[in-house]
Amino acid sequence: MKAILEGSHAAAEAARLCRPDVVSAYPITPQTHIVERLAEMVADEELDAEYICVESEFSALSACLGASAAGSRVYSATSSQGLLLMAEVCFNVSGMRQPIVMSIANRAVGAPLSIWNDMQDSISLRDCGWIQLYAEDAQEVHDFHYIAYKVAEDHQVLLPVFVCFDGFILSHTYEPVDIPTQAEVDAFLPPYKPYNMLDAKNPLSMGMYATPEYYMEFRYEHDKAMARSADIIRKVGKEFGQKFGRDYSNLVESYHLDDAEVAIVAMGSISGTIKDAIDEMRADGKKVGLLRIITYRPFPAEDIAKALKGIKKVGVFEKNLSVGARMKGCVGYEVKDAINDSSVSVLSYVGGLGGRDVTISDIKKMVSEIEAGRGDCFLGLRQELI
Amino acid sequence: MALRIGCAAAPGQSPENKTGSWRVFRPSYDHEKCTGCGMCQLVCPEGCVHPHSNEKKYDPDLDFCKGCGLCAIECPVAAITMIKEEK
Repeated sequence: MKAILEGSHAAAEAARLCRPDVVSAYPITPQTHIVERLAEMVADEELDAEYICVESEFSALSACLGASAAGSRVYSATSSQGLLLMAEVCFNVSGMRQPIVMSIANRAVGAPLSIWNDMQDSISLRDCGWIQLYAEDAQEVHDFHYIAYKVAEDHQVLLPVFVCFDGFILSHTYEPVDIPTQAEVDAFLPPYKPYNMLDAKNPLSMGMYATPEYYMEFRYEHDKAMARSADIIRKVGKEFGQKFGRDYSNLVESYHLDDAEVAIVAMGSISGTIKDAIDEMRADGKKVGLLRIITYRPFPAEDIAKALKGIKKVGVFEKNLSVGARMKGCVGYEVKDAINDSSVSVLSYVGGLGGRDVTISDIKKMVSEIEAGRGDCFLGLRQELI
Repeated sequence: MALRIGCAAAPGQSPENKTGSWRVFRPSYDHEKCTGCGMCQLVCPEGCVHPHSNEKKYDPDLDFCKGCGLCAIECPVAAITMIKEEK
């Protein structure tokens, strides 16, 4: 069934159809509409879940961790400062290998206070051991939740997932979204089978103390599980495509890369603007293509190297800033490492921070900078203010 | 101990964690001087000083003794000396 939904409700509808046993979240702009809608569903008995109201994000994810350890399928959502308040618990969730799915409506991090979009929040938690998926549109926001649960709960993976999407740009805009029926979702996503669970008859502790003789091996196993998840995402994405007609078996998306002389690399909704810019530039004879990274963790280095093979000029559009880093953004380094070819110019462009609008002309300007070999800089600064 | 996903463990596993590895100084008990008063067992914060066979004498369990030296300081007859561990 097709419905016109805002991105937040596309996330909430998918979360409902995944039949979570427990939802716990704390409202924060721009995530609020997701959990507001889920609270309504629970109150109206459209969703048979325990909705745990808490006093902070730290408590929200802690409640989720406990519920997950007790064998429940669990859902949460947050943004920005809320995600950072969860940071400690995020490491515990992934280290205890609990397959929680959490939507992140990406928002800038203060100070200065900003409720608007960039990806500083989830990229700051790059190393917390969660799978990170980045959606381009409301349909992907919706679909990625089904894929996220199925991947997370696979006993070869057992890792939590952030389903990331740009705050306001996706969370508060309306798009047509194809919603599967409950029966279709049930056929794709079977009931949760915990690998380990708290049970009074068979007592167990999780996330136990690991001495120096054991800790490193647990971290090694965590990293191995993340590496294994890449193939599981491909497999589950393919199965989703067979069932629902939208294939997600690739960890990256290529747009006009085959004959491209310049490639832009980006994540999330900005890819739509970049595709429009590419269409205009191609009409003017410029051979530009886009590589969209869908899974930031696990990082699809081989897929990126393959997709960008033969392209000598690459520019990475970054909605994050690593203050003090030479390239400015975090993603560029890994793209550069994936290509690992000194004859290829890989440059970062930090833009769209704190909700700054990024237009087609900004992208065209970025392409001329890539061509000129100037980068590792901010894009779209207001020179009159600095 | 085999690794279990998520570092999960059944109850009663803490004895697996041999905290004696943290030790820098090892207590050495002189059973000739020892009067069997039991002060060392009483003050040990780890509860790892136990009676030595059937005699009223004591020995530390070096698997868990962290070498804090409290027993050596409190022993009324100075029967315990702390010796630096060498690896």
